[in-house]
Amino acid sequence: MMDVGRHPRIKLFVYSEVEDVSGYVGNFKVKVRKKARYVDENECNACAECAKICPVVVPDEFQMGFSSRKAIYIQLPQAVPSAYVLDMNACLGNNPIACGKCVEVCDKKCIDYDMQDQFIDLEVGAIIVASGMDVYDPTELDEFGYTRFDNVITSMEFERLICAGGPTTGHFIRLSDRETPKTIGFVQCVGSRSERRGNRYCSNICCMNTIKDTVLLKDHYPDIEVKVFYMDLRAFGKGFEDLLRRSRSEGVKYIRGIPGEIYEDSKTKNLILDVENTTTGEVEKHELDMLVLSVGVIPRQDGDLIQKLLTLSRTVDGFFMESHPKLKPVDAPTRGVFFAGCSESPKDVKDSVTQASASASRAGILLSSDRIKVEAITSVIDKDKCTSCGICYQACPFKAIVVDRKAKIPAEVIEAACAGCGTCGAECPFGAVTMKHFTDEQIFPQIDAILEENPQDKIVVFACNWCSYQGGDNAGMSRLQYPATGRIIRTMCSGRVDEQFILYAFSKGAPIVLVSGCHFADCHYIDANRWTQKRVEKLWDKLERKGIRPERLQLEWISAAEGQKFAKVMREIEEMRQKVTPEEIEHTKKVLSDWKPKGAKRRPKKAEVKIEA
Amino acid sequence: MKEDKLRIGVFVCECGLNIAGSLDCEEVKKYAETLEDVVVSVVNKYTCADPGQNEIKKYIKEHNLNRVVVASCTPLMHEPTFRTCVAEAGLNPYLFEMANIREHCSWVHLHDRKAATEKAKDIVKVAVAKARHLKPQIEAEVPVTNKVLVIGGGVAGIQAALDLADTGYQVYLVEKQPSIGGIMAQLDKTYPTMDCSI
Repeated sequence: MMDVGRHPRIKLFVYSEVEDVSGYVGNFKVKVRKKARYVDENECNACAECAKICPVVVPDEFQMGFSSRKAIYIQLPQAVPSAYVLDMNACLGNNPIACGKCVEVCDKKCIDYDMQDQFIDLEVGAIIVASGMDVYDPTELDEFGYTRFDNVITSMEFERLICAGGPTTGHFIRLSDRETPKTIGFVQCVGSRSERRGNRYCSNICCMNTIKDTVLLKDHYPDIEVKVFYMDLRAFGKGFEDLLRRSRSEGVKYIRGIPGEIYEDSKTKNLILDVENTTTGEVEKHELDMLVLSVGVIPRQDGDLIQKLLTLSRTVDGFFMESHPKLKPVDAPTRGVFFAGCSESPKDVKDSVTQASASASRAGILLSSDRIKVEAITSVIDKDKCTSCGICYQACPFKAIVVDRKAKIPAEVIEAACAGCGTCGAECPFGAVTMKHFTDEQIFPQIDAILEENPQDKIVVFACNWCSYQGGDNAGMSRLQYPATGRIIRTMCSGRVDEQFILYAFSKGAPIVLVSGCHFADCHYIDANRWTQKRVEKLWDKLERKGIRPERLQLEWISAAEGQKFAKVMREIEEMRQKVTPEEIEHTKKVLSDWKPKGAKRRPKKAEVKIEA
Repeated sequence: MKEDKLRIGVFVCECGLNIAGSLDCEEVKKYAETLEDVVVSVVNKYTCADPGQNEIKKYIKEHNLNRVVVASCTPLMHEPTFRTCVAEAGLNPYLFEMANIREHCSWVHLHDRKAATEKAKDIVKVAVAKARHLKPQIEAEVPVTNKVLVIGGGVAGIQAALDLADTGYQVYLVEKQPSIGGIMAQLDKTYPTMDCSI
């Protein structure tokens, strides 16, 4: 921690949050809000005079509320930077009648009540997301009595109670009578590995954390009786088994079974546990002075903004999804973004440090290049066809198109800013946009190829590269089985799926068309999929007006992690397909027989496609 | 640029038994040969491995291929591999197209060989249809700002920031709380070494 504060090449922004990110790999623009601290962090020498005089007492979050702090406080004694901060929500204010005492006692004059939030613009080539984790709140598991019984605490609270820097200076006590417990139990997997409540996943760290806690207790209080109630013990890492053996050899009892219900003796405040020991098959009763709930790790509850700004996805457990679970475990799907620590999955200190170094190394590869190549998937506008209507400009999530509607200057794409979603191409009413590598001339023949033979047996599926296509990949990796009737056409974004592709597919006899994209928060092109939704909704009306059942056009949001959902959708639309009658398909073909591609754009006829100019 | 007649090569990967186990690669290959503009089709054990890639290069030269389709896994996995491969044989990397007959076919239709084979043929047909219209592209180059942002000052953010700063890059470390340290700073001792967290 101290090294970070001193390093000449690390600029630290504490009490700060990322507000906005734009740009792309190698060239991100970041806006940081540095919240008003009301104390000059460079001048403050942490003399503590301000806190001594401050009359406002509030619970200390760092000590899990077991002790108090003042309105002006330092987060922890070893804080970096070593400076106080004024909690304005608790402060009485700098009014001579109300208070203002801290200002008076501060010799260095570093308290400033008028300090404002600052905004800092940064330019960076790479971003490392190390936004961390939250701890599971066991309130919903009421059978453990966390909110009802004083002597039931969480493993995080245990850390503060055993720590020399904690509220009891390391003198371990229970809360009801402030006595050191003679018997203590740990309940494992609280909030983890449950189908019903909490989370399904294993939180990775809790077994070892408890084992460590038992060893600490035995070190401090050799006579204390310690029992651990578990379902499986996972001591798989280097040195872990040794620690477990040490714990066992010091007399800690490990009982396979999670208590069903916990009661409190109203007089002694002791806790009584009913637990089925699954090794012996017998129901046991245990009376303990104190109980620690070994709570799991959960994703950051305030991670939505980071997710949105960096267009990240989450796996079903809620942690950020890596580019590939084995081959690119620290890369985000967004190029130039990397993960370190628990933002990607629950991990302990060693794994966090290992992943952080891996992440730094991956970022270093990028940063060491002066220039990098970017995929040539961008839009180009045909000036002859463009009417300067400005629709493409409105549709572009990256503001990568310039157009002057008044002066009738045709639209132009700023290539470096274009991310290649193709929404402009789908929205342009005049066919003036060519989306490189995903052109109309490439997509129409794919529809033809699907529907040339037995179109009634096939479903045309448009899938976006980042989410729904990868959702299909995920279904494959999980070997989820579904009917073999879907035929996928990949586009970079669902925003690229032009109305005319869908109508063309119906005119060629498609029984069902599915458009699939990312969930709104996951869209890799900010909000391009909102245009998809608008377009599909409009098209539903249009189909209805033409006497075509709108249900035959399906719209689904499937994330890259949702293989299950992908397979389910494929099964459902196959059922729908079977209900589409040959008469209905013929009717649709007839209704759409006069359909023509939009604008002046002309689809190449079959004979023409052979030789490319 | 005036181009010669389309000459497409289709390479069908068995991926060991990952693909060949649940669909008939030989039949897919034969079907590909019947498609217009396809001049050659080959079955490889592993197209992504050196022998497979060498075969692609060999056929590009021998058959003067100007489009390449590989029917194997997801493009998210090996599109960069094959783009590099065709580029080494002198073809523009954007004249390559992938047909995903593994994740989207063989793995999800394990028990219906006939349907999986028919679907794989269609997937190849769709890829060939796109391949006919592929155009060479030139990738733009962009400069790289050699500074880095680290979001979060817990143990992971601290380590990443130190490593990058020690490598020589300017690091901006953004932390929400008034001090760095994160959850790690709240821990007393850490396993397995039982030493202090800070």
